[in-house]
Amino acid sequence: MKRIRIYEEHCIGCGLCEVHCLVQHSRSRKIIRAFREERDTVLPRVQVERDGYLSFALQCRHCDDALCIEACMTGAMYRDPETGAVLCDTDRCVGCWMCIMACPAGAIQRGTEGKVASKCDLCIGQDVPVCVINCPNEAIVLEDDDDE
Amino acid sequence: MSDAKYLIIGNSAAAIAAVSGIREVDPDGTITLVAREEHHTYSRPLITYLLGGKVDEEGMLYRPADWYERVGVNTILGAEVTSVDPQAHTVTTADGRTLGYEKLLIAVGGTPIVPRDLQGADAAGVFTFTTWDDAHAIRQYIEEHGVQLAVVIGGGLIGLKSVEALVALGIRTTVVELADRMLSATFDETASRLAQKRLAEAGVEVRCGTTATELLSEDGSVVGAKLSDGDTVPCELVILAIGVLPATDLVEGSAVATDRGILVDDGMRTSAEDVFAAGDVAQARALLCGTKRCIAIFPNAYRQGAIAGRNMAGADATWDGGLVMNSVTVVDMPTISVGVTEARGEDCEELSELDEDAYSYRKIVLEGDRIVGAVFVGEIDRAGIITGLIRERIDVSSVREMLLTDDFGLISVPAEYRRRVLSGTGVQ
Repeated sequence: MKRIRIYEEHCIGCGLCEVHCLVQHSRSRKIIRAFREERDTVLPRVQVERDGYLSFALQCRHCDDALCIEACMTGAMYRDPETGAVLCDTDRCVGCWMCIMACPAGAIQRGTEGKVASKCDLCIGQDVPVCVINCPNEAIVLEDDDDE
Repeated sequence: MSDAKYLIIGNSAAAIAAVSGIREVDPDGTITLVAREEHHTYSRPLITYLLGGKVDEEGMLYRPADWYERVGVNTILGAEVTSVDPQAHTVTTADGRTLGYEKLLIAVGGTPIVPRDLQGADAAGVFTFTTWDDAHAIRQYIEEHGVQLAVVIGGGLIGLKSVEALVALGIRTTVVELADRMLSATFDETASRLAQKRLAEAGVEVRCGTTATELLSEDGSVVGAKLSDGDTVPCELVILAIGVLPATDLVEGSAVATDRGILVDDGMRTSAEDVFAAGDVAQARALLCGTKRCIAIFPNAYRQGAIAGRNMAGADATWDGGLVMNSVTVVDMPTISVGVTEARGEDCEELSELDEDAYSYRKIVLEGDRIVGAVFVGEIDRAGIITGLIRERIDVSSVREMLLTDDFGLISVPAEYRRRVLSGTGVQ
């Protein structure tokens, strides 16, 4: 499968990935409207962590050994058989937060209505996720898993 | 006699995970799944959500309706396995069927406790609450009898979620807990206090340090609970939520060794050849203390089931040890607790931050240079990072000052471990 790789040595902490992720997951998909009118209803699913000169973007790692899927008590969290992505079926999610308890990366957030888990979906329907496209310094790169 | 290569007894998290585990290794071997309940696999923790009207019947399904067919599983639902004969490689059901196997998984979960010394527990309106059918029966009783007052006996997780469901139905509820606080197995004192305050605000009466000694009835229906402190609480419904014991009856007298639950090694193998056990019925090694314990929580059941399944199909998967952890919302207040919730022993230290009015509380329990437990109330975001540090026994001496700060993140943890998590290959 394809996996998003993170290069902390290339990250400049600009936060463009967060901006584009939020827009991508907004209803309007328009940057101004998303930030002006939808800010309370949509979260970026990538978070930039910063500490001095060190920074990196963090989104769901779509782990091979996905602890969130094991912990999910409703069966909402599942692995897409085609892409290998770990996805949350928001219709089945009841917001029990077992996934937040289990995720070692801290990559799953409570959704804006406090009910449904919000996490990276690898921008379903796009070949390349928007955080990858818009990273100015190749700190977020889509690579084949066996590329190592 | 119908023979399956793999026979699975049970139909919840461990059983379903086992099917997936088998199929990872063996795409074709015949799998038969036999279970006491007639339902399609469903999410057991959702039964209180179903009672409270928060999910519908369709939302109960743990896997899609065509799942068994898709993965190639024959099901025998509504049949209880009553005995196991490891030597003959057969099991027998209550309705007299004998089923053969090459590899067997026992994933039957637990049986709710009804205290022997509780008089009147056979009255109508007294329920245990561990199945979908229980949820139906309770709902039906509430509607038919116009229940307005209820007593929940037991202030643990099942008790708490039962209370919430009853409150959602507009029923005035009293919860009775023998210990001096609710959720004593899950929380520390502070978190219990916050949870109880929250429940009290929602109109629930919480009575700790007492228990029901007798259930009073009129014309066969429950009308009250007599407590050990002398009081009597009137009620039209009682839910017994004292706890669950591993359902080991079916292996009694067989070669399958039990203690509290069915004893398993790190490959989920029991003492009997070709017999595996997983989930709430199993007693497996615990991560922090190293001894075998029954830790009846959903993620453990799933992981054990997956390991058992792979190993039944000939792989060599290994259990990394069970860790107690719970994520439970108390009247809209999210909480997460992991591992040891109170410092024990000299080498232990607690870091904590409490805002009583905001219902916000975070605590980390350290043993030497490692985190062994944590409690989060209100603020649960990124709690999993701490769970990971506990599970992987990471030395946190370089970041201990950071652990409860707002800036704490994956960036704070030791670089080598951070890179492993970021690689996404899994942390095990």
